[in-house]
Amino acid sequence: MCGIVGLFLKDTSLEPKLGQMLTDMLITMTDRGPDSAGIAIYGTEHKGKVKLTVQSDHPDRDFEGLDKDMHNALGGDVTVRVKDTHAVIEIDTAWAAAGRTVLADLRPDVRIMSTGDSLEIYKEVGLPKNVAARFDISSMTGSHGIGHTRMATESAVTTMGAHPFNTGRDQCLVHNGSLSNHASLRRKLRKAGMHIETENDTEVGAAYLTWKMQNGATLGQALESSLDDLDGFFTFVVGTKDGFGVVRDPIACKPAVMAETDQYVAFGSEYRALVNLPGIEHARVWEPEPSTVYFWSHNSAPTATEKAA
Amino acid sequence: MQTFDLEAQGLRNLNAALQSQSKDTNQTAWEIVNAKGSHAIAVGLDAPIEVTVKGSTGYYCAGMNKQATVRVHGSAGPGVAENMMSGMVIIDGDASQYAGATANGGTLVIKGNASSRCGISMKGVDIVVHGNVGHMSAFMAQSGNLVVCGDAGDALGDSIYEARLFVRGSVKSLGADCIEKEMRPEHIEILKDLLERGECDAKPEEFKRYGSARKLYNFDIDNAY
Repeated sequence: MCGIVGLFLKDTSLEPKLGQMLTDMLITMTDRGPDSAGIAIYGTEHKGKVKLTVQSDHPDRDFEGLDKDMHNALGGDVTVRVKDTHAVIEIDTAWAAAGRTVLADLRPDVRIMSTGDSLEIYKEVGLPKNVAARFDISSMTGSHGIGHTRMATESAVTTMGAHPFNTGRDQCLVHNGSLSNHASLRRKLRKAGMHIETENDTEVGAAYLTWKMQNGATLGQALESSLDDLDGFFTFVVGTKDGFGVVRDPIACKPAVMAETDQYVAFGSEYRALVNLPGIEHARVWEPEPSTVYFWSHNSAPTATEKAA
Repeated sequence: MQTFDLEAQGLRNLNAALQSQSKDTNQTAWEIVNAKGSHAIAVGLDAPIEVTVKGSTGYYCAGMNKQATVRVHGSAGPGVAENMMSGMVIIDGDASQYAGATANGGTLVIKGNASSRCGISMKGVDIVVHGNVGHMSAFMAQSGNLVVCGDAGDALGDSIYEARLFVRGSVKSLGADCIEKEMRPEHIEILKDLLERGECDAKPEEFKRYGSARKLYNFDIDNAY
């Protein structure tokens, strides 16, 4: 099973409510998967800064003095905002790579959930309502976001096995389904130099998309080629800095419902997830077609990355 | 008219109330409000009652229906009218995947589009879809009629045994052992009746008929239409 939700706001007046709306949608999907839950929010961006959202099983120990330690190692402004087991570290964009290296040295047990200008990913083992409450997702503002509640089939129930997966800067992926060729594809991608952390099938899907894009594909092209190269069942929802996309495998047995109004585009594994959205009774509601890449962008003049999608 | 607030009174109470109606009940009209996409609404009914659902439904609405008429004022989630035995189910909006799966009898009318695998393994049901149907519709269909007023997706009637498929629009591709067949006068008559029951004003002459080439299974002449 697994449950997925996504919400892309066209009406900026709804942005303060994004976290609340997404949380409500995800909690409705709880019976599709009680193992772990996660939410990716595209929120406030600070010019010239990049955010590393990180997780630790020992937040008191690992996040204590982390801003000073990273400042001493990097030599510039570092802010650390702690939220339960997660922390959002903001550093100068130029130090994105250096920051990761320094962090691995200073705090080897800290895991990176996401890297992005506006993206923050929060995920933990547990029910959506508990996970959302720990990170106070309901209070979060943002332009768009995606969420996932997991019923694990292919790998262990752990924080790192939870979705969304960060696939590249400001990119993330959630998945309902199971990939059957993830073992061979993981070997292939690791040989090609991709870093894959877990034995989870979805992480391989995420790494595949990143690898494609690193080799010149747009997100749309990467999603299209995933239809040829990934074997198994999948409904994917992907987030980028400017928008979000949906693709289903050719068999399309994993459910998907979409709704669009002048105010938003919404995705749910089931219609139940959408029933409390404003104006849903007059929304255009439909099922995304199999083997078809859908994409919405905030940019009135989309970049090549989004356009091809 | 009995009105049932699903949100306030709960699914088990709803289905228990509907399932306990006898064939000569005087509570013949039911309206369900606050459906909100819930699963398994009005399943296992076995009385000549009329149930109207206000709003869209989740998985398996009107599953295993006998005798009852269930109308959904909205769209239906996966598996609507699955294994229906008799009666009638009408969806005003769209239906998700495997509508009418394995249904033995009765009539399923979908006023909008049906998604993939509509009528999969159908065993005698009549299905009338006003719009289009998705891929793998009537997969392994064994008996009954599927009427599609719009277009059919890929692999229509794949591995079909015996069932009549009538399509007015285009067929993206036919599945294994499914072929176009001659539309004879008796088929026009059958289709006319189906369209009438399906509240559809399309003309029978506009349809093509598809069915089994009977190469894939051990054909018994007694099964033939």
